[in-house]
Amino acid sequence: MWRHGLLFGVAAWLVTITPASAFLAYVSNEKSNTVSVIDTNSWTVIKTIKVGQRPRGIEFTKDGKLVLVAVGDDDKIEVIDVATGQVVDSLPSGPDPELFTQDAAGKILYVANENDNTVTVIDLEKRVRLGDIQVGVEPEGMAISPDGKILINTSETTNMAHFIDTTTREVVANVLVDARPRFAEFKRDGSELWVSSEIGGTVSVIDPAKHVVTGKITFSVPGLRSEAIQPVGISMTKDGKTAFIALGPANRVAVVDAARHTVLKYLLVGQRVWHMAFTPEEKYLLVTNGVSNDVSVIDVAAQKVIKSIQVGELPWGITIAQP
Amino acid sequence: MIRWLVVAIGLSVVATPVFAAEPIEIGVGYLGHAGVKAKLSLVEQPAENDGIAGARLAIEDNNTTGKFLNQRFTLEEVRLRDGEDVAQAAAALSGHNGFIIADLPADELLKAADALRDRGTVLFNAGATDDRLREADCRANVIHVAPTRSMLADALAQYLVWKQWKRWLLVVGSHDEDKLYADALRRAAGRFGAKIVQERIFEDTGGARRTDSGVTLIQRQMPVFTQQAPAYDVLVAADESEVFASYLPYRTWDPRPVAGSAGLVPTSWDAAQDQWGAIQIQNRFIKLNSRRMTALDMQAWTAARMIGEATSRIKSGDPKSVFEFLKRPDFSVAAFKGQRLTLRDWNQQLRQPILLVDGRMVVSVSPQEGFLHQVSELDTLGVDRPETRCKLH
Repeated sequence: MWRHGLLFGVAAWLVTITPASAFLAYVSNEKSNTVSVIDTNSWTVIKTIKVGQRPRGIEFTKDGKLVLVAVGDDDKIEVIDVATGQVVDSLPSGPDPELFTQDAAGKILYVANENDNTVTVIDLEKRVRLGDIQVGVEPEGMAISPDGKILINTSETTNMAHFIDTTTREVVANVLVDARPRFAEFKRDGSELWVSSEIGGTVSVIDPAKHVVTGKITFSVPGLRSEAIQPVGISMTKDGKTAFIALGPANRVAVVDAARHTVLKYLLVGQRVWHMAFTPEEKYLLVTNGVSNDVSVIDVAAQKVIKSIQVGELPWGITIAQP
Repeated sequence: MIRWLVVAIGLSVVATPVFAAEPIEIGVGYLGHAGVKAKLSLVEQPAENDGIAGARLAIEDNNTTGKFLNQRFTLEEVRLRDGEDVAQAAAALSGHNGFIIADLPADELLKAADALRDRGTVLFNAGATDDRLREADCRANVIHVAPTRSMLADALAQYLVWKQWKRWLLVVGSHDEDKLYADALRRAAGRFGAKIVQERIFEDTGGARRTDSGVTLIQRQMPVFTQQAPAYDVLVAADESEVFASYLPYRTWDPRPVAGSAGLVPTSWDAAQDQWGAIQIQNRFIKLNSRRMTALDMQAWTAARMIGEATSRIKSGDPKSVFEFLKRPDFSVAAFKGQRLTLRDWNQQLRQPILLVDGRMVVSVSPQEGFLHQVSELDTLGVDRPETRCKLH
């Protein structure tokens, strides 16, 4: 009991003295059923929030006031109020929600439901379900084009990136990628869509206008068997020059020249690295390590891992408020 | 002969781009025997649709993908009754199906393979674990999805050695397949540094598997059967015939764990497997078939998914092109085992991690950490390239 009291005491103290440059990172812990809140000034966990069963996908709302977390085994998305640090509401998704994305205005939420081959569309203001879109088997990765016109969903057993028109909510194109596509990310200028294939071991670079794969990023780490290289999370810098790709049980993050699509460097992080988020000024990149139960902090300019922070059990998703 | 035709499911439901052309039809046949083998444990008694139920789910998965590619998969099932000619049945099934998934004993699988050789039909062995089908008796038109006995034995041995349970008491059943499994276990012990301190044969003297006062009798028999053994760490049982192994746990004279055909069992799949997204396929399977997914279901699912994976990549349902694609070195398939599965080019055996299960939980997954290999750690399981006697023609 005293431990909890102390933790909350420290939290309250930190909130009052934290300088303006500090940010808060919210990390979903798949096994603990909690969300850890990391202060990026002190690099410590300042709060642990209890959530529903099996939290994975996690994202700030566009206004920065709420954090949404998909609790797959409870078949819903929970809403955390950042001001109080508590779950205040939930959104109706389909069965087993995993990843989701919002439109630019932060009004519509698109959720991948792994269990029934659908993407659910939710009105964020009214918090009601607007409809479903049928996609391939085991939908997972979600991204929205910078112009907001196209929604991308990747399906893990169908091995496709589905292009969905956000106005008509219909699938307009399908692009085959390598096995078990898990994550999709657009370049900020909309010129390229990147999709990671966990089992295939590659990242496909797709021309979003022509709907074709124009290149593939491959990985090779000396001394590591190729089956262990399983790309998952992708983050790109705003200038579109550098990308970071989490390689799962390879325990590394690849630093990639985003123009040439070649790996510049492999950064050793914790075990089974999943997802990542930049601090708003892109000084740091935080990555979750599922098996080692920690978050690695990467200095983006130096391309070095500078710290690791213990969080809950099996950390999976991470989000940082963007101003 | 019993025949079923499962027509593509759920095709018209969804708004997808309209294709002007007729969809490409891809026929998959399933060839097995009518009836199921009796198990000692009632909860392990296989369903009548064991195996085909997995193929059916994969056909549904393939059709979900196929609706985006204008491909349509069908599944045709043939069940042989005793005395029916397997070669004839295989040939008939190949009339409408370029691919056949087989759950057949070794000799029948060879007959089917030879009957199909000149027809260009690709045969997927989903049921037979015999090493000889991948070695001296290998056939160029067969892809083996089922693991071999040697793969299963090696997977178990790696774990037992890692656990430092290196002294084994090997108990072998009196039927041929029990002896083959025992051969694989002896080989595994030799490869990974375990020692078989003694071997015993459990004679099958016949009798029913279901009796009203069975437990009382077994409780007296098993301790007596296992007494006066040299010091050992684990009892390893080879009993594919389901005569005695499941009677051993908790009844051995010395308090020792049991592995092999009971206790800790190596298998390609288990209803308890939930890692690496497996919960998704487990849920889909239960929804479709109203029961849990077995190893044979998974082997048939994987075979049908390999076909779907290939047809989606090459945009063709032509068996020859599909077979060529499957044999390419860069072919791989995802099957909820935490890594991609690939084919051994020397005998067309699917490389795969092996689960070690206790009937309730997945205890471990082999290959175990530290068992290294220059090509793939999955090749630490089973007969490797330098040892193979297979010559594909």
